[in-house]
Amino acid sequence: MSLITGIQKYSIHDGDGIRTTVFFKGCHLNCQWCHNPETKGFRPQILIDEEKCVACGSCIEACVQKANKIVDQHIVCDRSVCTSCGKCINSCPLNIREIAGKEWEVGALFKELKKDEMFYEESGGGVTLSGGEVMANDMDFVCELAHKLYRYGINVVVDTCGMAPWHNYERILPFVDTFLYDVKVIDEKKHKEYIGASNKEILTNLEKLNEKGAKLFIRIPVIKEVNGNEKDLGEIINYLKDKQISPSKINLLPYHHTGSSKYSRLGEAYQGEDFTAPTEVEMQRFVELFQSNGFNNVKIGG
Amino acid sequence: MERGMNERIKRLRKESLATPAHIDLERAKIMTATYEEYEGSLSIPELRGQVLKDYFSKKTLYIGEGELIVGEKGDSPQASPTFPELCCHTVEDMHVMNDRELISFKVTDEDIKIQAETMIPYWDKRSIRNHILKEMSPAWKDCYESGIFTEFMEQRGPGHTVGSFKIYEKGFLDYQKDIDEAIEKLDYLTDPEALAKKNELRGMRLACDAVIILGERYAKYARELAAKETDPVRKAELLQIAANCDVVPAHKPETYWQAIQMYWFVHLGVTSELNPWDAFSPGRLDQHLYPFYEKDVDAGKLDDEQALELLECLWVKFNNQPAPPKVGITLKESSTYTDFANLNIGGITPAGENGVNEVSYLILDCMDEMQLLQPSSNVQISKKTPTKFLKRACEISRKGWGQPAFYNTEAIVSELLNAGKSLADARCGGTSGCVETGAFGNEAYILTGYFNIPKILELTLNNGYDHINKKQLGLKLGYGTDFKSYEELFAAFKQQIEYFVDVKVTGSNQIEKIYAEKMPAPFLSVITNDCIEKGKDYNAGGARYNTKYIQGVGIGTITDSLSALKYNVYDQQNFTMAEMMEALENNFVGYESILNMVQNKTPKYGNDDEYADEIMKSVFELYRSTVTGRPNMSGGSYRINMLPTTCHVYFGDVMMASANGRLAHKPVSEGISPEKGADTNGPTAVIKSASKMDHLQTGGTLLNQKFTPSVVAGDEGLVHMGNLVRSYFNMDGHHIQFNVIDRQTLIDAQNHPEDYKDLIVRVAGYSDHFRNLSKALQDEIIGRTEQSFN
Repeated sequence: MSLITGIQKYSIHDGDGIRTTVFFKGCHLNCQWCHNPETKGFRPQILIDEEKCVACGSCIEACVQKANKIVDQHIVCDRSVCTSCGKCINSCPLNIREIAGKEWEVGALFKELKKDEMFYEESGGGVTLSGGEVMANDMDFVCELAHKLYRYGINVVVDTCGMAPWHNYERILPFVDTFLYDVKVIDEKKHKEYIGASNKEILTNLEKLNEKGAKLFIRIPVIKEVNGNEKDLGEIINYLKDKQISPSKINLLPYHHTGSSKYSRLGEAYQGEDFTAPTEVEMQRFVELFQSNGFNNVKIGG
Repeated sequence: MERGMNERIKRLRKESLATPAHIDLERAKIMTATYEEYEGSLSIPELRGQVLKDYFSKKTLYIGEGELIVGEKGDSPQASPTFPELCCHTVEDMHVMNDRELISFKVTDEDIKIQAETMIPYWDKRSIRNHILKEMSPAWKDCYESGIFTEFMEQRGPGHTVGSFKIYEKGFLDYQKDIDEAIEKLDYLTDPEALAKKNELRGMRLACDAVIILGERYAKYARELAAKETDPVRKAELLQIAANCDVVPAHKPETYWQAIQMYWFVHLGVTSELNPWDAFSPGRLDQHLYPFYEKDVDAGKLDDEQALELLECLWVKFNNQPAPPKVGITLKESSTYTDFANLNIGGITPAGENGVNEVSYLILDCMDEMQLLQPSSNVQISKKTPTKFLKRACEISRKGWGQPAFYNTEAIVSELLNAGKSLADARCGGTSGCVETGAFGNEAYILTGYFNIPKILELTLNNGYDHINKKQLGLKLGYGTDFKSYEELFAAFKQQIEYFVDVKVTGSNQIEKIYAEKMPAPFLSVITNDCIEKGKDYNAGGARYNTKYIQGVGIGTITDSLSALKYNVYDQQNFTMAEMMEALENNFVGYESILNMVQNKTPKYGNDDEYADEIMKSVFELYRSTVTGRPNMSGGSYRINMLPTTCHVYFGDVMMASANGRLAHKPVSEGISPEKGADTNGPTAVIKSASKMDHLQTGGTLLNQKFTPSVVAGDEGLVHMGNLVRSYFNMDGHHIQFNVIDRQTLIDAQNHPEDYKDLIVRVAGYSDHFRNLSKALQDEIIGRTEQSFN
């Protein structure tokens, strides 16, 4: 069993063709701009769209743990008590509660993922394993799934932040067509500041994958306040050149804050309020920066 | 915005759009005089031929400034002749059509006077509509008035058709030779129908005279205008038009220009003879025109610009013909000026090879340039169709005005083969109207009316009683609470479906005979293969194949409603049937938690969910097996297709709330698309669910997909769109169409129609101006789930 927060069909920006993306729950990094905060934790979580709540009290009755209380005509959920059992979800007449993280068996998940095989076939697509961090999940589960997909002829892409034991990559490598590999910033201090961890292991894993001949798409989230400048992106370019990494594609992903509303639904604070995306002109300049260094397959967006 | 390849086309297009539709009684007056003179002395088929001959001999001619293709159905562009012999408008109808805000027709005081003093006294009791209503049983009338089904033939003649390709190989003088030979061959010694056949063939002969005379008159008129014309360029054009009309329609066309003019004369013949549903369609126009195009281009007489200009002139002609005005229920069914003339380009040739040619691409350019509602220009995609053609079609479709829609050639061929057509005839087939499959030129495939499937469940839950119209309509099989299992509920639903289909077919079979006997269509019979050889009329089974259709509506709503009951009442026991019945009676007011369960926590069609999709398949199979194979009155049988036009709005309006959470009087789902908002797993899941229906056992299905522009942006977006089409077609899907407009634009257009005069959207198998749609239909389109991912 593994915890999955979502299965996104007709995914057209996570690898080639029409794909289905699986979001595994749990990630060891803590990127301040993360737009999928519901996938970070390794346990199920309740999301509540509190703005729409009319405090009818249905969830108070439904909750075994007595986690929900009315405070100032609003329902407040005490998350230290909540076990994410999900009983309140069906009781809510406004449908403003949902649970992030549902347990799946490999067999059932595989069956769900092969549903769109006709589309993969026609478009050269397949399945993308993402998250959260798929490589930080139960690797027996992940490898069994990837192997099943591979054996069945479905193209597998892994979307990873790189923060996982090398052994995990080694295990899954035979089944994977492409790794969508995030590189955020080379400066280790900066990495620790914004992401909450060193990037040593991340970069080492990337270098090893490269040595093994893995097909790589390097994905760089570009945030003006973090790495959206020629110095930081230049360091990434120098790193790639230095390590002789020639990705099949480089995707520059301009920052967006569409995920920020999810934080309040999780009862968490968003740390990225002040982040902004570079302007279109700046993004274009970054593209040219990569191109002038011989990386011609660079693109804005996924 | 001005559109058109040059000043001529821009002006013609602009005039066509700016001219208000108006009623034109010239045909009615001439036709009435013909009846007064000949009725009783001529057989009915001859009388009908004479009606067309008199009209085409006397009608006002029209050649607009700069026109290259000539001929109007009425006295001028946007004229709508009336057909009081079919359906005689009351004076009140005429006021309604003049005064109403949407889809109005100008009616003069003089028109109203003629209608009141001449038409109504003569036609009111004689009209086909009157004969039909006289013959229908009380049960039929109750169902009809309560929105169980509609009846197509009550105001318009049988139609939806495409003629034989032989009009490009034969002139009407040649057809007359065929007719004379058929008369020669009649066997009065042993054939009891020989006299009837003779009369029918004589009627066809008169119909040929009619269109030949029209051509001669246009040749003469063009020469008169040329004599007066001072501009030498226009003078030469008028003389060429005259020369073209010397050839067609009496003789077969020799050039590309004449081939288009030939089609147009035939179009005028079919749509002036009767007011057939969905006008008349050119069908596989690219393949018909190609030999002429090739010959003229090789001879250096034609270049692509000229070829395109003539197509654009033809497009203006189509757009000049508003659909005949209807009244009452039939208006609600189909509230539009669009007359559903439909063309299919691409596909395969009669030999089964890739059918895309140079003219196919010219037609794509033409539709892209003109962006007109008519003709509804669509593409057939075969596995042999080049991807560049598909991509170019996607590129136009992406612009958001709904054309072209995509039809699956292999599905069409299989559907026709399954219905007993020969392979050769199947390959020449295609779709007309919205999505209706037919063996072009060889088949009368006649739609008889829509059938409100979700309403039958409503009646099943209420012991056959209709709470909206306060009448006992169905069988008394008990109430929802009496059915102890889902199987019991479904068995009762099945019995009710069978009962209502019986009522419908009982009516349709009589209506078919009324047309066969009282309202033959000799002109349409001439251009439909086998009618001449058989000496039999199109409306009486003269065509090679004769099929009647009943169109099922609301598969999304009925599936989700049954799923809501099966899942929540019988399987999970989340609430009782009694609670559900109360919720439905109260339109879910005070039953919000039930509403939440059925709206948000229940398996629904459109999500590639086995639970819901199995129910869809069971309902489809029930409907299919109840209708398909019943004999009709012209030697063929009944079949089904799954399309709504705009009837899903009307059918929803006559319903209480349904178990899936659809509120009272709101539209039911359209085509085979999921219920509004039910599909939450993206377009591939919708396509998968839809493909679980057995399309090949239908005569057409209709699937609508709405995208935000960002999803289909860029070259990749086009490729993905093409991939979706190919994937659906690989799974035997019949048809798919796209609306690529974001929700905000539509809401803005609803609030500020004046700023969006040009906004065209896909409705259901056809496109229409957004501003001309009723508020309910606008809301429905805004509410269709918008697929926008990543």
